[in-house]
Amino acid sequence: MELKDKLITSFVAFEQGLKGEHDGLHDIRLEALKTFEDKGFPTKKDEAWKYTSLNSILKNEFRVLQKEETAIEYKEVKKYFLSDSDTYKLVFINGVFSSHLSSTTHDGLDVCLMSSAFTKPKYKMVIDAFYNNTADKSDSLTALNTAFATEGAFINVPKSKVVAKPIEIIYLSTVEDKALLVQPRNLIVVGENAHVQIVERHQSLNDAVVFTNAVTEIVAHKRAIVDFYKLQNDKENANLVDNTYVTQKQESRVSVHTFSFGGKLTRNNLNFYQDGERIDSTLKGITLISDKQHVDHYTLVSHNQPNCESHQNYKGIYDGNSTGVFNGKIYVDKIAQKTDGFQQNNNILLSEKATIYAKPQLEIFADDVKCSHGCTIGQLNEDAMFYMRQRGIPKKEAKALLMYAFTDEVMESVKVPELKAKIAKVIAGKLGVSMGFEI
Amino acid sequence: MLQIKNLHASVEDKEILKGINLEVKAGEVHAIMGPNGAGKSTLSSVITGNEAFEVTEGEIILEGEELNELGPEERAHKGVFLSFQYPVEIPGVSVTNFMKTAINESRKAQGLEEMPANEMLKKIKEKAELLEIDRKFLSRSLNEGFSGGEKKRNEIFQMAMLEPKLAILDETDSGLDIDALRIVANGVNKLKSKDNAVVLITHYQRLLDYIVPDYVHVLYDGKIVMTGGKELALELEEKGYDWIKASLEK
Repeated sequence: MELKDKLITSFVAFEQGLKGEHDGLHDIRLEALKTFEDKGFPTKKDEAWKYTSLNSILKNEFRVLQKEETAIEYKEVKKYFLSDSDTYKLVFINGVFSSHLSSTTHDGLDVCLMSSAFTKPKYKMVIDAFYNNTADKSDSLTALNTAFATEGAFINVPKSKVVAKPIEIIYLSTVEDKALLVQPRNLIVVGENAHVQIVERHQSLNDAVVFTNAVTEIVAHKRAIVDFYKLQNDKENANLVDNTYVTQKQESRVSVHTFSFGGKLTRNNLNFYQDGERIDSTLKGITLISDKQHVDHYTLVSHNQPNCESHQNYKGIYDGNSTGVFNGKIYVDKIAQKTDGFQQNNNILLSEKATIYAKPQLEIFADDVKCSHGCTIGQLNEDAMFYMRQRGIPKKEAKALLMYAFTDEVMESVKVPELKAKIAKVIAGKLGVSMGFEI
Repeated sequence: MLQIKNLHASVEDKEILKGINLEVKAGEVHAIMGPNGAGKSTLSSVITGNEAFEVTEGEIILEGEELNELGPEERAHKGVFLSFQYPVEIPGVSVTNFMKTAINESRKAQGLEEMPANEMLKKIKEKAELLEIDRKFLSRSLNEGFSGGEKKRNEIFQMAMLEPKLAILDETDSGLDIDALRIVANGVNKLKSKDNAVVLITHYQRLLDYIVPDYVHVLYDGKIVMTGGKELALELEEKGYDWIKASLEK
């Protein structure tokens, strides 16, 4: 049976297994299922999926319902964490919460689970107000997630709370016998004037095929600051469609940094909706891939109010037969005067067989705005290579240093030092050098 | 120190160097002069191993060892340095970080440990003072937005840091005002010793007032056509390169 049919026919049994969810969630699920049923999985015929095909993933035999908890020793997965103790941690194994690997809190803020938020009366108001609100209900993969979502991170930061340590959200997968479909659902609500830093990663621990269809909704209230980092460095059989929706209120500042280094197919649908004045949105990313890897960034910044800014900066380095896609859309509503929208996308192709599709898309309906975009595609700068080698830096190290320097505009705004060090190390590893970069 | 024997080199099948012979001994300063297009910069590129050029014949020998087959970094590790005519801008890499990497990669190639951080800082400070370079300058991205003079001064700063055996200075005087020229020349003179050698590639005689050569060679159409003492540079300045052309045609 095709995955689509398998999912649709399993829905009734799936819902029967859910206990004590808030009123209204059933209707949300049903409506979402209908959307998915109508639209199905996106294909290359959809304009937004012109360069990315899910076909090779979908033909796998999937395990779609996951219940049992799996045990993993901390020491086995320690390397995927930011640090030993100084973070809040939400860890999920095959989509199921792992309490012994996690470190949650209700002390001054909620760092807990969507399953709690779906059922506990005290969270009903937050769910009613914000769940499935920012997310694009007409998007088929988002709808699929909404229909089947059971677990994920629920983070609720109250007004004026500065969260002192980063929150890590980690999705591990261990299934061996079949391909695994996981659909994490995160809701992050950040109150007025509050500040939080979040690091998210998806990691498979063996070679089985994994297809993650994640949805994250972020709501940043007035003057809130949210820094969200996505570390995508998964194994070669892992596939990820990440749907992230950000709603920003007046004077809030939200940044999402996406580091796409691993995995077979990665699609990042990143959407920012500005719903207030003097908002600042930052979307940055580094893609560093090789072999047959495929990374597709599909971004939208929707400027709906006057006097807001957006900053997009994506750097891509493609080796081997890898393929990159960057589709960046900036929409400026007719009332969004004095918008300052900036978009930069620079790419280096290290191999003749690597490909990049880059498409800036500006839709501007206001007349007093500043919008700029720049896109470059180049090769390794041979003059710079000779210059560095003449100073005694070997070819591989010179190349690595140049590549690292190329990503500087993205790295410079990473505000979590351990994360920055970790990313620098991953980049060095990807480039095959042991040198430490100055960070 | 350096011996060049019957060196021929081409770029994209066009022969630029047509049989160069040159010997530079330790402690000497050689100037190579010549009109535009004579092959001066090609010579410096070929000695330092730029892969854009193909050596079709001849040998480049440093302290008895042939360099022809070595990559640019291996030549650098053996003590060959080029002050570039057009230093390359490398955004995102600071001058300090670049020098630390260069020095430590050279040390690694020689089987040495990395230079301790305090020693590195001391050295950077000392050499920056020699070239009258401001500290703030060192944290800027390499050559990015530098003025012509700053770029050249930075090249000589790197030379001071790396302490090469053979330094080739390609048009180091171009783009320098008189004060910068004095600082750069003073730096080179301080770094000169009986154990190293300097090859100055220049179009004009001006630099040679500050860094006095033992020999002056005239490069013309891919060959060294005349060699003399420092007075040859003055004669060239006075009579112009047409004089060479005329005397060759005689």
